[in-house]
Amino acid sequence: MTLSSISSTLSRRPGIRLGLLLAAPLTWLVLVYVVALAALLVTAFWTIDSFTNELERTFTLDNVREITGEALYRSVTLRTLGVALLVTLIDCAIALPVGFYMAKVASRRSRHLLVIAFLMPLWASYLVKALAWRSLLSNGGLLDWAGGLVGLGSPGFGFTAIVLTQAYIWLPYVILPVYAAYERVPDSLLDAAGDLGARPALTFRTVVLPLVVPGLVAGSIFSFSLTMGDYITVNIVGGANQMLGNLVYINSGSNLPLAAAIALIPIVVIMIYLALVRRTGALENL
Amino acid sequence: MTISRSTRRLLAVVTGLVLAVLYAPLALVVVNSFNTSQALTWPPSGFTTQWWQRAAVNPGAHDAILTSLTVAACATVLALVLGTLLGLAMQRYSFFGKDTVNLLVVLPIALPGIVTGIALSNAFSSILGVRLGFFTLVVAHATFCIVTVFNNVQARLRRMGGNLEEASADLGAGMWTTFRLVTLPQLRSALLAGGLLAFALSFDEIIVTTFAAGPGVTTLPVWILTNLFRPGQAPIVNVVAVVMIVVSVAPIWLAQRLSSDPTDTTRAIH
Repeated sequence: MTLSSISSTLSRRPGIRLGLLLAAPLTWLVLVYVVALAALLVTAFWTIDSFTNELERTFTLDNVREITGEALYRSVTLRTLGVALLVTLIDCAIALPVGFYMAKVASRRSRHLLVIAFLMPLWASYLVKALAWRSLLSNGGLLDWAGGLVGLGSPGFGFTAIVLTQAYIWLPYVILPVYAAYERVPDSLLDAAGDLGARPALTFRTVVLPLVVPGLVAGSIFSFSLTMGDYITVNIVGGANQMLGNLVYINSGSNLPLAAAIALIPIVVIMIYLALVRRTGALENL
Repeated sequence: MTISRSTRRLLAVVTGLVLAVLYAPLALVVVNSFNTSQALTWPPSGFTTQWWQRAAVNPGAHDAILTSLTVAACATVLALVLGTLLGLAMQRYSFFGKDTVNLLVVLPIALPGIVTGIALSNAFSSILGVRLGFFTLVVAHATFCIVTVFNNVQARLRRMGGNLEEASADLGAGMWTTFRLVTLPQLRSALLAGGLLAFALSFDEIIVTTFAAGPGVTTLPVWILTNLFRPGQAPIVNVVAVVMIVVSVAPIWLAQRLSSDPTDTTRAIH
Protein backbone atom coordinates (compact mmCIF):
# COMPACT_ATOMS: atom_id res chain seq x y z
CA MET A 1 0.00 0.00 0.00
CA THR A 2 1.40 3.41 -0.90
CA LEU A 3 1.44 6.34 1.42
CA SER A 4 -1.36 8.12 -0.43
CA SER A 5 -3.65 5.09 -0.36
CA ILE A 6 -3.06 4.77 3.40
CA SER A 7 -3.90 8.43 3.69
CA SER A 8 -7.13 8.09 1.73
CA THR A 9 -8.20 5.01 3.67
CA LEU A 10 -7.60 6.95 6.86
CA SER A 11 -9.60 9.96 5.78
CA ARG A 12 -12.58 7.70 5.07
CA ARG A 13 -12.36 5.95 8.42
CA PRO A 14 -12.44 8.31 11.41
CA GLY A 15 -12.53 5.31 13.76
CA ILE A 16 -9.11 4.11 12.66
CA ARG A 17 -7.80 7.67 12.78
CA LEU A 18 -8.98 8.06 16.35
CA GLY A 19 -7.51 4.68 17.23
CA LEU A 20 -4.10 5.65 15.87
CA LEU A 21 -4.15 8.95 17.73
CA LEU A 22 -5.15 7.35 21.00
CA ALA A 23 -2.98 4.22 20.78
CA ALA A 24 0.34 5.58 21.99
CA PRO A 25 -0.78 7.97 24.77
CA LEU A 26 -3.42 5.58 26.12
CA THR A 27 -1.05 2.64 26.10
CA TRP A 28 1.46 4.77 27.95
CA LEU A 29 -0.97 6.05 30.57
CA VAL A 30 -2.58 2.65 31.13
CA LEU A 31 0.62 0.61 31.07
CA VAL A 32 2.68 2.98 33.15
CA TYR A 33 0.14 4.58 35.43
CA VAL A 34 -3.04 2.55 35.77
CA VAL A 35 -1.14 -0.71 36.03
CA ALA A 36 1.18 0.84 38.61
CA LEU A 37 -1.75 2.05 40.71
CA ALA A 38 -3.43 -1.36 40.46
CA ALA A 39 -0.17 -3.06 41.39
CA LEU A 40 0.13 -0.77 44.40
CA LEU A 41 -3.30 -1.88 45.52
CA VAL A 42 -2.35 -5.54 45.13
CA THR A 43 1.00 -5.08 46.87
CA ALA A 44 -0.79 -3.65 49.90
CA PHE A 45 -2.26 -7.11 50.46
CA TRP A 46 1.08 -8.90 50.21
CA THR A 47 3.63 -9.19 52.95
CA ILE A 48 7.34 -9.71 53.43
CA ASP A 49 9.07 -12.61 55.07
CA SER A 50 10.28 -11.37 58.41
CA PHE A 51 13.53 -13.38 58.20
CA THR A 52 14.64 -12.97 54.60
CA ASN A 53 12.90 -9.66 53.80
CA GLU A 54 11.71 -11.26 50.55
CA LEU A 55 8.36 -10.24 49.09
CA GLU A 56 5.70 -12.89 49.70
CA ARG A 57 3.04 -12.78 47.03
CA THR A 58 0.19 -14.28 48.99
CA PHE A 59 -2.99 -12.47 49.92
CA THR A 60 -3.12 -11.30 53.52
CA LEU A 61 -4.98 -8.66 55.48
CA ASP A 62 -2.06 -8.21 57.92
CA ASN A 63 -1.10 -4.75 56.65
CA VAL A 64 -4.66 -3.51 56.69
CA ARG A 65 -5.06 -4.88 60.20
CA GLU A 66 -1.86 -3.16 61.28
CA ILE A 67 -2.74 0.28 59.91
CA THR A 68 -6.31 0.19 61.20
CA GLY A 69 -5.36 -1.28 64.57
CA GLU A 70 -2.32 0.64 65.68
CA ALA A 71 -2.67 3.99 67.41
CA LEU A 72 0.33 5.44 65.53
CA TYR A 73 -1.42 5.26 62.18
CA ARG A 74 -4.61 6.70 63.58
CA SER A 75 -2.88 9.73 65.11
CA VAL A 76 -0.72 10.35 62.04
CA THR A 77 -3.77 10.07 59.77
CA LEU A 78 -5.66 12.55 61.94
CA ARG A 79 -2.72 14.94 61.96
CA THR A 80 -2.34 14.70 58.18
CA LEU A 81 -6.07 15.25 57.70
CA GLY A 82 -5.95 18.21 60.08
CA VAL A 83 -3.05 19.84 58.22
CA ALA A 84 -4.75 19.26 54.84
CA LEU A 85 -8.04 20.76 56.02
CA LEU A 86 -6.38 23.76 57.68
CA VAL A 87 -4.24 24.44 54.61
CA THR A 88 -7.31 24.21 52.36
CA LEU A 89 -9.33 26.54 54.61
CA ILE A 90 -6.54 29.13 54.78
CA ASP A 91 -5.98 29.05 51.02
CA CYS A 92 -9.71 29.33 50.25
CA ALA A 93 -10.07 32.23 52.70
CA ILE A 94 -7.24 34.07 50.94
CA ALA A 95 -8.27 33.12 47.40
CA LEU A 96 -11.85 34.43 47.69
CA PRO A 97 -11.03 38.13 48.19
CA VAL A 98 -7.86 38.08 46.06
CA GLY A 99 -9.56 36.32 43.14
CA PHE A 100 -12.44 38.80 43.34
CA TYR A 101 -10.07 41.74 43.25
CA MET A 102 -8.19 40.31 40.26
CA ALA A 103 -11.27 39.50 38.19
CA LYS A 104 -13.75 42.21 39.09
CA VAL A 105 -11.95 45.24 40.56
CA ALA A 106 -8.51 45.49 38.94
CA SER A 107 -8.21 47.12 35.53
CA ARG A 108 -7.83 44.91 32.47
CA ARG A 109 -4.14 45.69 32.17
CA SER A 110 -3.25 45.05 35.78
CA ARG A 111 -5.40 41.91 35.69
CA HIS A 112 -3.04 40.36 33.15
CA LEU A 113 -0.01 41.37 35.24
CA LEU A 114 -1.62 39.99 38.41
CA VAL A 115 -2.24 36.60 36.77
CA ILE A 116 1.43 36.43 35.80
CA ALA A 117 2.46 37.59 39.27
CA PHE A 118 0.52 34.75 40.89
CA LEU A 119 1.55 32.24 38.25
CA MET A 120 5.32 32.66 38.59
CA PRO A 121 5.68 31.59 42.25
CA LEU A 122 3.41 28.62 41.48
CA TRP A 123 6.11 27.27 39.23
CA ALA A 124 9.08 28.18 41.41
CA SER A 125 10.39 24.93 42.81
CA TYR A 126 8.40 23.30 45.58
CA LEU A 127 11.62 22.33 47.31
CA VAL A 128 13.01 25.85 47.16
CA LYS A 129 9.81 27.18 48.75
CA ALA A 130 10.08 24.74 51.63
CA LEU A 131 13.74 25.73 51.95
CA ALA A 132 12.81 29.41 52.01
CA TRP A 133 10.38 28.80 54.85
CA ARG A 134 13.04 26.93 56.75
CA SER A 135 15.21 30.02 56.84
CA LEU A 136 12.17 32.25 57.39
CA LEU A 137 11.07 30.27 60.45
CA SER A 138 14.50 29.42 61.83
CA ASN A 139 15.73 30.58 65.20
CA GLY A 140 16.86 34.19 64.77
CA GLY A 141 15.44 34.23 61.24
CA LEU A 142 13.32 36.84 59.51
CA LEU A 143 10.05 35.90 61.28
CA ASP A 144 11.73 35.99 64.69
CA TRP A 145 13.13 39.40 63.86
CA ALA A 146 9.87 40.79 62.44
CA GLY A 147 7.85 39.24 65.27
CA GLY A 148 10.27 40.73 67.77
CA LEU A 149 9.20 44.21 66.66
CA VAL A 150 5.66 43.51 67.89
CA GLY A 151 6.61 41.21 70.76
CA LEU A 152 6.01 37.87 69.04
CA GLY A 153 8.42 35.13 68.04
CA SER A 154 8.64 32.69 65.15
CA PRO A 155 6.45 29.62 65.69
CA GLY A 156 9.59 27.56 65.12
CA PHE A 157 9.58 24.16 63.43
CA GLY A 158 6.52 22.00 64.06
CA PHE A 159 2.81 21.67 63.32
CA THR A 160 2.22 25.41 62.74
CA ALA A 161 5.24 25.59 60.48
CA ILE A 162 3.94 22.70 58.37
CA VAL A 163 0.53 24.35 57.98
CA LEU A 164 2.04 27.76 57.10
CA THR A 165 4.52 26.36 54.60
CA GLN A 166 1.99 24.10 52.89
CA ALA A 167 -0.59 26.89 52.73
CA TYR A 168 2.11 29.05 51.14
CA ILE A 169 3.16 26.41 48.62
CA TRP A 170 -0.34 25.55 47.37
CA LEU A 171 -1.87 29.06 47.52
CA PRO A 172 -1.39 29.89 43.80
CA TYR A 173 -3.02 26.55 42.92
CA VAL A 174 -6.18 27.77 44.68
CA ILE A 175 -6.08 31.42 43.66
CA LEU A 176 -5.87 30.78 39.91
CA PRO A 177 -8.97 28.55 39.51
CA VAL A 178 -10.92 30.86 41.83
CA TYR A 179 -9.87 33.82 39.71
CA ALA A 180 -10.91 31.95 36.56
CA ALA A 181 -14.31 31.23 38.14
CA TYR A 182 -14.87 34.92 39.04
CA GLU A 183 -13.81 35.83 35.53
CA ARG A 184 -16.62 33.69 34.11
CA VAL A 185 -19.29 35.48 36.18
CA PRO A 186 -20.82 38.01 33.77
CA ASP A 187 -20.70 41.61 34.96
CA SER A 188 -24.28 42.06 33.75
CA LEU A 189 -25.39 39.64 36.45
CA LEU A 190 -23.80 41.81 39.14
CA ASP A 191 -25.40 44.92 37.63
CA ALA A 192 -28.78 43.21 37.53
CA ALA A 193 -28.52 42.28 41.20
CA GLY A 194 -27.52 45.85 42.01
CA ASP A 195 -30.36 47.32 39.95
CA LEU A 196 -32.80 45.11 41.77
CA GLY A 197 -31.65 46.68 45.01
CA ALA A 198 -29.26 44.10 46.43
CA ARG A 199 -26.40 45.53 48.43
CA PRO A 200 -22.90 44.35 47.40
CA ALA A 201 -22.69 41.94 50.33
CA LEU A 202 -26.00 40.31 49.41
CA THR A 203 -25.08 40.18 45.72
CA PHE A 204 -21.81 38.54 46.60
CA ARG A 205 -23.40 35.95 48.86
CA THR A 206 -26.39 35.01 46.71
CA VAL A 207 -25.19 35.63 43.15
CA VAL A 208 -21.40 35.55 42.92
CA LEU A 209 -20.44 32.97 45.54
CA PRO A 210 -22.60 30.09 44.19
CA LEU A 211 -21.03 30.60 40.77
CA VAL A 212 -17.51 30.64 42.19
CA VAL A 213 -17.87 27.53 44.36
CA PRO A 214 -16.90 25.08 41.56
CA GLY A 215 -13.63 26.96 41.01
CA LEU A 216 -13.01 27.12 44.74
CA VAL A 217 -13.58 23.40 45.09
CA ALA A 218 -11.36 22.66 42.07
CA GLY A 219 -8.55 24.60 43.76
CA SER A 220 -9.21 22.92 47.08
CA ILE A 221 -8.77 19.50 45.45
CA PHE A 222 -5.18 20.48 44.72
CA SER A 223 -4.37 21.98 48.11
CA PHE A 224 -6.07 19.10 49.93
CA SER A 225 -4.72 16.26 47.83
CA LEU A 226 -1.17 17.56 47.54
CA THR A 227 -0.96 18.27 51.29
CA MET A 228 -2.29 14.80 52.11
CA GLY A 229 0.71 13.18 50.46
CA ASP A 230 3.48 15.56 51.40
CA TYR A 231 6.55 14.42 53.27
CA ILE A 232 9.38 16.68 52.15
CA THR A 233 8.00 19.86 53.74
CA VAL A 234 7.44 17.91 56.92
CA ASN A 235 11.08 16.84 56.93
CA ILE A 236 12.28 20.37 56.32
CA VAL A 237 10.10 22.44 58.68
CA GLY A 238 8.10 19.87 60.66
CA GLY A 239 10.48 19.20 63.53
CA ALA A 240 9.70 15.76 64.97
CA ASN A 241 6.22 15.62 63.42
CA GLN A 242 5.29 12.90 60.96
CA MET A 243 2.63 12.82 58.29
CA LEU A 244 1.37 9.87 56.25
CA GLY A 245 3.87 10.60 53.51
CA ASN A 246 6.75 10.15 55.97
CA LEU A 247 5.47 6.75 57.05
CA VAL A 248 5.16 5.68 53.40
CA TYR A 249 8.65 6.92 52.65
CA ILE A 250 10.26 5.33 55.71
CA ASN A 251 8.67 1.94 55.01
CA SER A 252 9.17 1.99 51.24
CA GLY A 253 12.72 0.72 51.57
CA SER A 254 12.23 -2.03 54.12
CA ASN A 255 8.60 -3.12 53.86
CA LEU A 256 7.04 -2.23 50.54
CA PRO A 257 3.67 -3.93 51.18
CA LEU A 258 3.21 -1.97 54.39
CA ALA A 259 4.22 1.27 52.62
CA ALA A 260 1.69 0.49 49.87
CA ALA A 261 -1.01 -0.12 52.47
CA ILE A 262 -0.23 3.21 54.18
CA ALA A 263 -0.33 4.97 50.79
CA LEU A 264 -3.87 3.68 50.41
CA ILE A 265 -4.98 5.90 53.33
CA PRO A 266 -4.46 9.21 51.48
CA ILE A 267 -5.89 7.64 48.31
CA VAL A 268 -9.07 6.59 50.13
CA VAL A 269 -9.36 9.99 51.87
CA ILE A 270 -8.92 11.81 48.54
CA MET A 271 -11.48 9.55 46.86
CA ILE A 272 -13.96 10.38 49.64
CA TYR A 273 -13.18 14.07 49.20
CA LEU A 274 -13.69 13.82 45.44
CA ALA A 275 -16.97 11.95 45.93
CA LEU A 276 -18.14 14.67 48.34
CA VAL A 277 -17.31 17.51 45.98
CA ARG A 278 -18.47 15.78 42.80
CA ARG A 279 -21.93 17.29 43.03
CA THR A 280 -20.55 20.84 42.90
CA GLY A 281 -19.41 20.26 39.32
CA ALA A 282 -15.85 21.02 40.33
CA LEU A 283 -14.38 18.03 38.53
CA GLU A 284 -15.16 19.64 35.18
CA ASN A 285 -13.11 22.61 36.35
CA LEU A 286 -9.92 20.67 36.95
CA MET B 1 -23.06 46.00 41.84
CA THR B 2 -21.15 49.10 42.84
CA ILE B 3 -18.33 48.31 45.17
CA SER B 4 -17.57 51.07 47.61
CA ARG B 5 -14.27 52.80 47.43
CA SER B 6 -13.13 51.56 50.81
CA THR B 7 -13.89 47.95 49.86
CA ARG B 8 -11.92 48.36 46.64
CA ARG B 9 -9.01 49.77 48.58
CA LEU B 10 -9.21 47.01 51.18
CA LEU B 11 -9.20 44.33 48.47
CA ALA B 12 -6.22 45.97 46.77
CA VAL B 13 -4.32 46.04 50.06
CA VAL B 14 -5.12 42.38 50.76
CA THR B 15 -4.00 41.35 47.25
CA GLY B 16 -0.82 43.39 47.61
CA LEU B 17 -0.07 41.80 50.99
CA VAL B 18 -0.64 38.29 49.63
CA LEU B 19 1.72 39.02 46.74
CA ALA B 20 4.32 40.34 49.19
CA VAL B 21 4.01 37.17 51.26
CA LEU B 22 4.33 35.06 48.09
CA TYR B 23 7.53 36.76 46.96
CA ALA B 24 9.24 37.53 50.29
CA PRO B 25 10.42 33.95 51.00
CA LEU B 26 11.83 33.64 47.47
CA ALA B 27 13.59 36.98 47.86
CA LEU B 28 14.96 35.76 51.19
CA VAL B 29 16.64 32.81 49.45
CA VAL B 30 18.29 35.24 47.02
CA VAL B 31 19.45 37.50 49.89
CA ASN B 32 20.76 34.52 51.86
CA SER B 33 22.89 33.41 48.95
CA PHE B 34 24.87 36.66 49.36
CA ASN B 35 24.88 36.62 53.17
CA THR B 36 28.26 36.27 54.92
CA SER B 37 26.66 34.42 57.83
CA GLN B 38 25.86 30.75 57.39
CA ALA B 39 23.26 30.70 60.15
CA LEU B 40 20.28 32.00 58.11
CA THR B 41 19.70 34.71 60.71
CA TRP B 42 18.14 38.08 60.00
CA PRO B 43 19.29 40.75 59.34
CA PRO B 44 22.17 39.52 57.12
CA SER B 45 25.60 40.13 58.58
CA GLY B 46 27.28 41.23 55.35
CA PHE B 47 27.54 40.88 51.60
CA THR B 48 29.68 38.24 49.91
CA THR B 49 29.87 36.47 46.59
CA GLN B 50 32.01 33.62 47.93
CA TRP B 51 29.09 31.14 48.01
CA TRP B 52 28.39 31.86 44.36
CA GLN B 53 32.07 31.36 43.54
CA ARG B 54 32.18 28.11 45.49
CA ALA B 55 28.97 26.85 43.93
CA ALA B 56 30.32 27.68 40.48
CA VAL B 57 33.14 25.17 40.95
CA ASN B 58 31.15 22.54 42.86
CA PRO B 59 31.31 19.36 40.74
CA GLY B 60 28.30 17.73 42.47
CA ALA B 61 26.09 20.70 41.66
CA HIS B 62 27.33 20.74 38.05
CA ASP B 63 26.55 17.07 37.50
CA ALA B 64 23.17 17.51 39.12
CA ILE B 65 22.26 20.43 36.85
CA LEU B 66 23.30 18.41 33.81
CA THR B 67 21.27 15.39 34.95
CA SER B 68 18.21 17.56 35.61
CA LEU B 69 18.46 19.23 32.21
CA THR B 70 18.80 15.88 30.43
CA VAL B 71 15.91 14.27 32.29
CA ALA B 72 13.70 17.31 31.71
CA ALA B 73 14.57 17.42 28.00
CA CYS B 74 13.83 13.70 27.46
CA ALA B 75 10.58 13.86 29.47
CA THR B 76 9.51 16.97 27.54
CA VAL B 77 10.04 15.32 24.15
CA LEU B 78 7.97 12.29 25.20
CA ALA B 79 5.28 14.51 26.70
CA LEU B 80 5.14 16.60 23.52
CA VAL B 81 4.46 13.57 21.33
CA LEU B 82 1.97 11.89 23.66
CA GLY B 83 0.23 15.10 24.70
CA THR B 84 -0.25 16.28 21.11
CA LEU B 85 -1.72 12.94 19.97
CA LEU B 86 -4.06 12.92 22.93
CA GLY B 87 -5.03 16.57 22.44
CA LEU B 88 -5.93 15.92 18.78
CA ALA B 89 -7.98 12.85 19.68
CA MET B 90 -9.85 14.56 22.52
CA GLN B 91 -10.62 17.79 20.70
CA ARG B 92 -11.48 16.47 17.23
CA TYR B 93 -13.46 13.33 18.11
CA SER B 94 -16.10 12.28 20.58
CA PHE B 95 -15.98 8.74 21.86
CA PHE B 96 -17.03 6.54 24.73
CA GLY B 97 -14.97 6.99 27.88
CA LYS B 98 -13.71 10.47 27.00
CA ASP B 99 -14.23 11.75 30.55
CA THR B 100 -12.24 8.85 31.93
CA VAL B 101 -9.35 9.63 29.60
CA ASN B 102 -9.51 13.26 30.71
CA LEU B 103 -9.27 12.21 34.36
CA LEU B 104 -6.46 9.79 33.53
CA VAL B 105 -4.28 12.59 32.14
CA VAL B 106 -4.77 14.82 35.19
CA LEU B 107 -4.43 12.04 37.76
CA PRO B 108 -0.61 11.75 37.79
CA ILE B 109 -0.38 15.40 38.80
CA ALA B 110 -3.51 15.61 40.97
CA LEU B 111 -2.72 12.62 43.15
CA PRO B 112 -0.05 13.33 45.77
CA GLY B 113 3.48 12.77 44.51
CA ILE B 114 4.07 10.12 47.11
CA VAL B 115 1.28 7.95 45.67
CA THR B 116 2.51 8.36 42.11
CA GLY B 117 6.08 7.85 43.29
CA ILE B 118 5.62 4.68 45.26
CA ALA B 119 3.21 3.23 42.67
CA LEU B 120 5.75 3.73 39.88
CA SER B 121 8.78 2.54 41.83
CA ASN B 122 6.85 -0.52 42.99
CA ALA B 123 5.76 -1.28 39.42
CA PHE B 124 9.27 -0.81 38.03
CA SER B 125 11.24 -2.70 40.63
CA SER B 126 8.98 -5.42 41.98
CA ILE B 127 6.58 -6.06 39.09
CA LEU B 128 8.63 -5.41 35.95
CA GLY B 129 12.03 -6.11 37.47
CA VAL B 130 13.57 -2.99 35.89
CA ARG B 131 16.43 -1.39 37.80
CA LEU B 132 15.63 2.14 38.94
CA GLY B 133 17.75 4.73 37.19
CA PHE B 134 17.79 7.33 34.46
CA PHE B 135 15.34 5.45 32.23
CA THR B 136 12.68 4.90 34.91
CA LEU B 137 13.02 8.54 35.98
CA VAL B 138 12.35 9.80 32.46
CA VAL B 139 9.32 7.51 32.14
CA ALA B 140 7.93 8.75 35.47
CA HIS B 141 8.47 12.41 34.60
CA ALA B 142 6.97 12.07 31.12
CA THR B 143 3.86 10.53 32.68
CA PHE B 144 3.01 13.59 34.75
CA CYS B 145 4.25 16.05 32.11
CA ILE B 146 1.75 14.91 29.44
CA VAL B 147 -0.97 17.03 31.02
CA THR B 148 0.74 20.39 30.39
CA VAL B 149 1.19 19.74 26.66
CA PHE B 150 -2.25 18.18 26.38
CA ASN B 151 -3.96 21.18 27.99
CA ASN B 152 -2.18 23.70 25.80
CA VAL B 153 -2.82 21.75 22.59
CA GLN B 154 -6.44 21.15 23.46
CA ALA B 155 -7.07 24.80 24.31
CA ARG B 156 -5.47 25.92 21.05
CA LEU B 157 -7.42 23.39 18.93
CA ARG B 158 -10.65 24.47 20.60
CA ARG B 159 -9.99 28.09 19.68
CA MET B 160 -8.82 27.22 16.15
CA GLY B 161 -11.93 25.28 15.21
CA GLY B 162 -11.88 22.78 12.34
CA ASN B 163 -12.65 25.06 9.39
CA LEU B 164 -9.15 25.40 8.01
CA GLU B 165 -8.55 21.67 8.25
CA GLU B 166 -11.81 20.97 6.44
CA ALA B 167 -10.94 23.49 3.76
CA SER B 168 -7.58 21.81 3.30
CA ALA B 169 -9.24 18.41 2.96
CA ASP B 170 -11.80 19.80 0.49
CA LEU B 171 -8.95 21.11 -1.62
CA GLY B 172 -7.62 17.61 -1.85
CA ALA B 173 -4.85 17.53 0.75
CA GLY B 174 -4.34 14.20 2.51
CA MET B 175 -4.38 13.82 6.28
CA TRP B 176 -0.65 14.06 6.71
CA THR B 177 -0.34 17.08 4.43
CA THR B 178 -3.14 18.83 6.29
CA PHE B 179 -1.51 18.11 9.61
CA ARG B 180 1.91 19.24 8.46
CA LEU B 181 0.86 22.37 6.58
CA VAL B 182 -2.30 23.48 8.41
CA THR B 183 -2.62 22.05 11.92
CA LEU B 184 0.99 21.99 13.05
CA PRO B 185 1.87 25.62 12.18
CA GLN B 186 -1.14 26.77 14.17
CA LEU B 187 -0.15 24.60 17.11
CA ARG B 188 3.46 25.70 17.15
CA SER B 189 3.33 28.28 19.94
CA ALA B 190 0.97 26.11 22.00
CA LEU B 191 3.47 23.26 21.71
CA LEU B 192 6.29 25.55 22.73
CA ALA B 193 4.33 26.81 25.74
CA GLY B 194 3.27 23.30 26.76
CA GLY B 195 6.79 22.00 26.28
CA LEU B 196 8.29 24.78 28.40
CA LEU B 197 5.82 24.04 31.18
CA ALA B 198 6.60 20.34 30.99
CA PHE B 199 10.29 21.15 31.17
CA ALA B 200 9.83 23.35 34.24
CA LEU B 201 7.63 20.75 35.90
CA SER B 202 10.19 18.00 35.39
CA PHE B 203 13.15 20.19 36.35
CA ASP B 204 11.61 20.98 39.75
CA GLU B 205 10.10 17.67 40.70
CA ILE B 206 11.37 16.06 43.87
CA ILE B 207 8.87 13.62 45.40
CA VAL B 208 8.29 11.26 42.47
CA THR B 209 11.99 11.65 41.68
CA THR B 210 13.16 10.31 45.04
CA PHE B 211 11.16 7.16 44.35
CA ALA B 212 11.76 6.64 40.63
CA ALA B 213 15.40 7.68 40.25
CA GLY B 214 17.22 5.06 42.24
CA PRO B 215 20.45 5.78 44.11
CA GLY B 216 22.70 6.50 41.09
CA VAL B 217 20.81 9.43 39.57
CA THR B 218 21.12 12.82 41.27
CA THR B 219 18.93 15.59 39.88
CA LEU B 220 19.28 19.13 41.17
CA PRO B 221 16.39 18.87 43.69
CA VAL B 222 17.81 15.57 44.95
CA TRP B 223 21.22 17.23 45.34
CA ILE B 224 19.64 20.06 47.35
CA LEU B 225 17.79 17.61 49.57
CA THR B 226 20.89 15.54 50.34
CA ASN B 227 23.03 18.62 51.03
CA LEU B 228 20.41 20.53 52.98
CA PHE B 229 21.24 19.06 56.34
CA ARG B 230 24.99 18.74 55.80
CA PRO B 231 26.95 21.16 57.96
CA GLY B 232 28.53 24.05 56.06
CA GLN B 233 26.62 23.36 52.84
CA ALA B 234 23.66 25.65 53.56
CA PRO B 235 25.01 28.73 51.71
CA ILE B 236 25.82 26.74 48.56
CA VAL B 237 22.40 25.11 48.72
CA ASN B 238 20.97 28.64 48.75
CA VAL B 239 22.90 29.53 45.61
CA VAL B 240 21.67 26.39 43.84
CA ALA B 241 18.13 27.21 45.00
CA VAL B 242 18.38 30.63 43.34
CA VAL B 243 19.52 28.93 40.12
CA MET B 244 16.52 26.62 40.39
CA ILE B 245 14.10 29.52 40.81
CA VAL B 246 15.50 31.16 37.69
CA VAL B 247 15.58 27.98 35.57
CA SER B 248 12.03 27.05 36.50
CA VAL B 249 10.42 30.49 36.34
CA ALA B 250 12.05 31.64 33.10
CA PRO B 251 10.22 29.03 30.96
CA ILE B 252 6.92 30.08 32.55
CA TRP B 253 7.56 33.68 31.76
CA LEU B 254 8.35 32.69 28.18
CA ALA B 255 5.34 30.38 27.91
CA GLN B 256 3.19 33.21 29.18
CA ARG B 257 4.43 35.52 26.46
CA LEU B 258 3.83 32.86 23.81
CA SER B 259 0.21 32.20 24.66
CA SER B 260 -2.08 35.10 23.83
CA ASP B 261 -4.54 34.05 26.50
CA PRO B 262 -2.90 33.96 29.93
CA THR B 263 -5.41 31.48 31.31
CA ASP B 264 -4.12 28.95 28.77
CA THR B 265 -1.04 28.60 30.87
CA THR B 266 -2.92 28.48 34.14
CA ARG B 267 -5.00 25.72 32.63
CA ALA B 268 -1.85 23.70 32.45
CA ILE B 269 -2.29 22.78 36.06
CA HIS B 270 -6.00 22.73 36.66
